[in-house]
Amino acid sequence: MEAKLTFKLNGKTVSIKTDPLRRLLDVLRDDFKLTGVKEGCSEGECGACSVLFNGKIVTSCIIPIGAADGQEIMTIEGVSATEGGKIIVDAFADGGAVQCGFCIPGMVIAAYYLLSNNPDPTEDEIRLGISGNICRCTGYDLIVESIKLAAKRGEKIWKK
Amino acid sequence: MVAEDISKAVRRVDAVAKSEGTAKYIPDYDFKDCLWARMIRSSIPRGKIKNISLPVLPEGYCFVSYKDIPEGGHNYLHMIATDWKCFAEDEVRYVGETIGLLVGPDKTLLEDLLEQVKIDYEEQECAVSIDEGVACKGGAFVNDNNIHCHLKLEVGNPDEAFSKADKIVEETLETGFQEHIYLETNGACCVPEGDDKYTVYASAQCPFYIRKSIAPLLNISPDQITVKQTTTGGAFGGKEHFPDVLCGPLLVAAHKTGKAVKMIFDREEDIEFSVKRHPSKVVFKTGLDKDGNIVAMDSKVYYNVGGYLASSFVVLQRGCFHVTGCYVFPNMRTEGFGVATNTFPSCAFRGFGAPQTLFAIETHMCHLAEMQGIDPLEYKRRYFIKKGDVTSTNGKIVERVMIPEMLEQVLKASDYERKAREYKWGSGRGIGISFYNHGGAFTGNGEQAIIKAKCILKKYKNGDVEILCGQTEMGQGFHTILPKIAAHVLNLPLEKVIFKDPDTSRVPDSGPTAASRSTMIVGELVERAARLMKDRYDREEEFEVKTEYEHPEGYPWDQNTFQGYAYLGYGWGVCAVEVEVDPCTAEVTTKGIWSSHDAGHLIDEKIVHGQVNGGIIQGIGWGSTEVLENVKGHFKQTSISDYIVPTSMDHPKQGVYFVENPYEWGPFGAKGMGELVFNGSAAAYIDAVSRAIGKRISSIPCPTEQVMDYLIHGTDIKEAL
Repeated sequence: MEAKLTFKLNGKTVSIKTDPLRRLLDVLRDDFKLTGVKEGCSEGECGACSVLFNGKIVTSCIIPIGAADGQEIMTIEGVSATEGGKIIVDAFADGGAVQCGFCIPGMVIAAYYLLSNNPDPTEDEIRLGISGNICRCTGYDLIVESIKLAAKRGEKIWKK
Repeated sequence: MVAEDISKAVRRVDAVAKSEGTAKYIPDYDFKDCLWARMIRSSIPRGKIKNISLPVLPEGYCFVSYKDIPEGGHNYLHMIATDWKCFAEDEVRYVGETIGLLVGPDKTLLEDLLEQVKIDYEEQECAVSIDEGVACKGGAFVNDNNIHCHLKLEVGNPDEAFSKADKIVEETLETGFQEHIYLETNGACCVPEGDDKYTVYASAQCPFYIRKSIAPLLNISPDQITVKQTTTGGAFGGKEHFPDVLCGPLLVAAHKTGKAVKMIFDREEDIEFSVKRHPSKVVFKTGLDKDGNIVAMDSKVYYNVGGYLASSFVVLQRGCFHVTGCYVFPNMRTEGFGVATNTFPSCAFRGFGAPQTLFAIETHMCHLAEMQGIDPLEYKRRYFIKKGDVTSTNGKIVERVMIPEMLEQVLKASDYERKAREYKWGSGRGIGISFYNHGGAFTGNGEQAIIKAKCILKKYKNGDVEILCGQTEMGQGFHTILPKIAAHVLNLPLEKVIFKDPDTSRVPDSGPTAASRSTMIVGELVERAARLMKDRYDREEEFEVKTEYEHPEGYPWDQNTFQGYAYLGYGWGVCAVEVEVDPCTAEVTTKGIWSSHDAGHLIDEKIVHGQVNGGIIQGIGWGSTEVLENVKGHFKQTSISDYIVPTSMDHPKQGVYFVENPYEWGPFGAKGMGELVFNGSAAAYIDAVSRAIGKRISSIPCPTEQVMDYLIHGTDIKEAL
């Protein structure tokens, strides 16, 4: 069964004819070649496949593409091109947040979502904000520090 | 230009691409006209294959098994030992053993076909635990005693010392399986290039290992296989030898079909059917004098090796060499046994055998102290090893050991002494402390005798310098560390030094990216090459400099008897952990983590800081929540929902400290540290929990349910062993 689905992807309107039960993750990676969206666990636990769905953070491995019809999706490719996204990427690089990098696109999305809703988070709020994202390399400390740095550097943007 | 002190942090060269999502990992590649493969695996732990029944395969689909290995080919993976078959033939030794591949163009259809494969077995009784393996449950299947490998070490005269001891106590410490949970699962693609040549793309630590391991399957030379490492999303040892288990069958499939064949594990199969950290059991017999001092120690070290030996003898050796930890005892005897069981073969995992024995010795030392009513720190510090002291292999420590200085830093930062005094045992609050080390690089003269690492530095006309070697970036920061060393010597901006993911057709073999050897050994080759290049850099347009490893003279090692200088440079660590335990729910809250490490001179303080943070948290995970049970050969936890790794909410920000102790033979004085930072945190955590609940803890992992069990049924911390 195929359906024609139209949605906004990284700011552009796109259409696709496909099985609406396919995972959003697969459509993003295989059909739109947005391979910055990573598959880590396939069950919504690790957060590597995080995207913004109407501005809210979701794990794209447990969402059927049919649910995206008429909605708005932002992936790491879109987020990292925004002013706020650039600040986060920069802060992650300066703060030593990145090791193997496989969880990092999801972490950037989580940081973006957090700072967009809470421009000046405490350490605990940051830890809560990335608690849906598993990182096996860093022990999280330098990711948390990098998000603090991004909050400070992007103060004006986040408070908009 | 580079900073005066190389330690000053720079931006990692891979950070931006990884953050923006443009770095390409193996699942992100599209290979032309590529087939997909799914693995057909044994569903029983031990038995004979009676029949394989396949569904009717559509055109373009095929089944690949040992029968597709061409004449002259050898159905084994050539790891350190050559006993692990690429494809099972008539016998299976563990759940998940590769029987064949189903190969075809459509992933979804392959999934359906896979479900229709039926295999009939004649099942035999299996041995899963160390005890079952030793007891030869179901009959021995390795040698006549299920012992894959064995070694024995002796220092002083333990028999005489035991006969004079006032008291002899015995204790058994155990550790469980641990799964790596690198965020990127295993994946590889094998592309036939014609003329019996192949290119393998893999998420892997050791591209040269893969070539050597799989070439005999087709009876071709390793040079006929080019291995190209793709950006690797974590490894921790889990991609040291294990990629061979994917790449071998893929090579045979590419040979059979003449097409590129790709396989990416999903998370469930990556947990269920991949190598793990060896479960261990260490049995101590310790002789004490009338004042409670240690006069002799005998340790029997058992590692659960699984169905095949592969790299496990070396893991067991490292375990035995580290069993005395940071202490020196006058009389020691150590015996190691690699036990065959019907579980997935265990293999490399950060620490490579050392964490198990270090957990055991640290915990045993705590228990020896506590039964005498002494603070564990006070007891441990009586035996600290120092320069010139004899090690468990009758070699000597050749470097300054800065444990006293590191301890001072940790005591100050953690306020240990006050807390240890005020938090009464069983009060619900506890602070623990551990000491640990990790011998850098291959044991003894292995770097010279076995590895023979080589490196090339090439200068181009535009002034760029390229590092050619086989080391991989897997998250630890090597793409930044190695160019930083060259740039620093040559006084060039970092971006003028090129270092790419290795391609075995264009780089020399500089040995595996393992054993905490890359910075210490290959970093030194690069430093030396850069010094040789420096004088010629301005004069000559394009040229190469080659270096090869040379072992310092005067530190003998005998690999047959395991006697001599096992390691010239150790990393050293001290870690304190503070916890609170809820008396009703037994939930443990980590209140603080402080550590100090000696990694020689740091090449990049931020990268090393990140390694410390990650290693310590991974170690606490191993000691606490990472329960991985094996029931009748099947792993019970098969997803990230039930195999519990630490999240950002589980532990507070760490206090991270270092001492400066330049290593004579390392680049800018650097030593290995990637594994060191894992080795001690589980012991410190367990020490803290044990003191908080006032009960003795002798095995890990120790999740909440287990803490509850100890609270109700446990042995008092002060009871005699």
